Amino acid sequence: MLHIIRPFIDSFRDLLPIILVISFFQLFVLQQPIPHLEKILTGVLMVVIGLTLFIRGLEMGLFPLGESMAYAFARKGSVLWLLLFAFALGFGTTIAEPALIAVSAKAAEIAAEAGVIGKTRAAMESYAFGLRLTVALSVGLAIVIGVMRIIRGWPIQNLIIVGYLGVVVMTMFAPPEIIGIAYDSGGVTTSTITVPLVTALGVGLASSIRGRNPMTDGFGLIAFASLTPMIFVMAYGMVV
Amino acid sequence: MSGLLLHLWHVTLGTILDVLPIVIIIFSFQSLVIRQPIPHMKRVVTGFIYVLLGLAFFLVGLEEALFPLGDLMAKQLTDPAFIHGTGNLSDTLHWQDYKWVYLFAASIGFATTVAEPALIAVAIKAQDVSGGTISVWGLRIAVAIGVGLGISLGTFRIVTGTPLHYYIIAGYVLVIIQTGYAPRSIIALAYDSGGVTTSTVTVPLVTALGLGLASTVPGRSVLIDGFGLIAFASLFPMLTVMGYAQLSRWRASRNNVRVDE
Repeated sequence: MLHIIRPFIDSFRDLLPIILVISFFQLFVLQQPIPHLEKILTGVLMVVIGLTLFIRGLEMGLFPLGESMAYAFARKGSVLWLLLFAFALGFGTTIAEPALIAVSAKAAEIAAEAGVIGKTRAAMESYAFGLRLTVALSVGLAIVIGVMRIIRGWPIQNLIIVGYLGVVVMTMFAPPEIIGIAYDSGGVTTSTITVPLVTALGVGLASSIRGRNPMTDGFGLIAFASLTPMIFVMAYGMVV
Repeated sequence: MSGLLLHLWHVTLGTILDVLPIVIIIFSFQSLVIRQPIPHMKRVVTGFIYVLLGLAFFLVGLEEALFPLGDLMAKQLTDPAFIHGTGNLSDTLHWQDYKWVYLFAASIGFATTVAEPALIAVAIKAQDVSGGTISVWGLRIAVAIGVGLGISLGTFRIVTGTPLHYYIIAGYVLVIIQTGYAPRSIIALAYDSGGVTTSTVTVPLVTALGLGLASTVPGRSVLIDGFGLIAFASLFPMLTVMGYAQLSRWRASRNNVRVDE
């Protein structure tokens, strides 16, 4: 019995800080009652169930899948196919990402406001789609670079420093309206399903290639995926 | 109740659509390139279904309960009438007057990060791989402190109106300097923790706060100043995670010295 209830208690504990923060500010700082209490309790219950199911599914499905694909590619020994898979995974998971769709629509609005593009619907939609395509390409490229790094064992900090320099240089030339969006776009590209899959893939690769350490070499794919979109979005802002 | 179920149904469909590209890519590579069945296929598919359902429940629960309230609170806390308190409305506001905003930003950043599913996933993996040197909770708390600090500083930037890139470039310099001192094994994980912090829970609440603040502080433009909080939230966890590893190493070495004596 306990092993069924236990994960739910864990999930509730994960959620507890949010509940405490919101109640404290609502009751003591803003000094107002909490509206729609029963609706909120239903919501909290759903979040707890959802988080529990997600974590169970993670350990049953996403982690083993990412790892088994990493082993299969390592056994096959074809770097080209692995890189192609890496690109497809990065591109495919990003192009349909809802957070990215929201951000690019916002960016199109800004561009129209600043007079970079026409204020017509068509112009804004094509700008937003171009931006999405740009970010998806950059994430695909990021996973390819990250996988190459795992294969070759390059130290991650050298690549990241080069990436930071890229961001800094681009910031000097990019139009100021795009900078906030560009910096934020790094954070929104990595979704809740992509992260576990990509992490398992990286760790799996690093453990199946001789001479690589899963701890130092296996992580880092997400880092590249959050860095390249900043550079590419600023480039997009300059070109369009 | 039926409205809730309908909502749940829509969100589940949406999640399935999001996952579809991943499933297609994996399935085609598996059948065309690897040409081997996925081991424990049934278990993996069940796991996928759990993940989909879990996310749907999670999102609907958040949208029903926490987002509306968080959104409302962000608006109330940034409302000039609240910030002035009982004081005179004609007084000009200083950055110190926004103290509750900074505190709210820090605590909501911390709290939402603790509940972030993607971070839980990475923390589980990190504990596995490190053989327990990095604990799930240690990593999550370190990242959450980073996000809290970052978002709080981000709201300060919106209030004062200083350019975003000064902060970000200074943050990069700090990350590079700290990389030189941090244990080598933590570096990749620390860099990763910047990107994983900001997904399902944190982004909507933090965006509401940023936009609310930018629209009420005099002289700020929502379009230009409302963004950038996510960037802060992705930068600071790198610093705190490396700090966490340095702290663990320092404590371990102090214990060793004691044993030697």
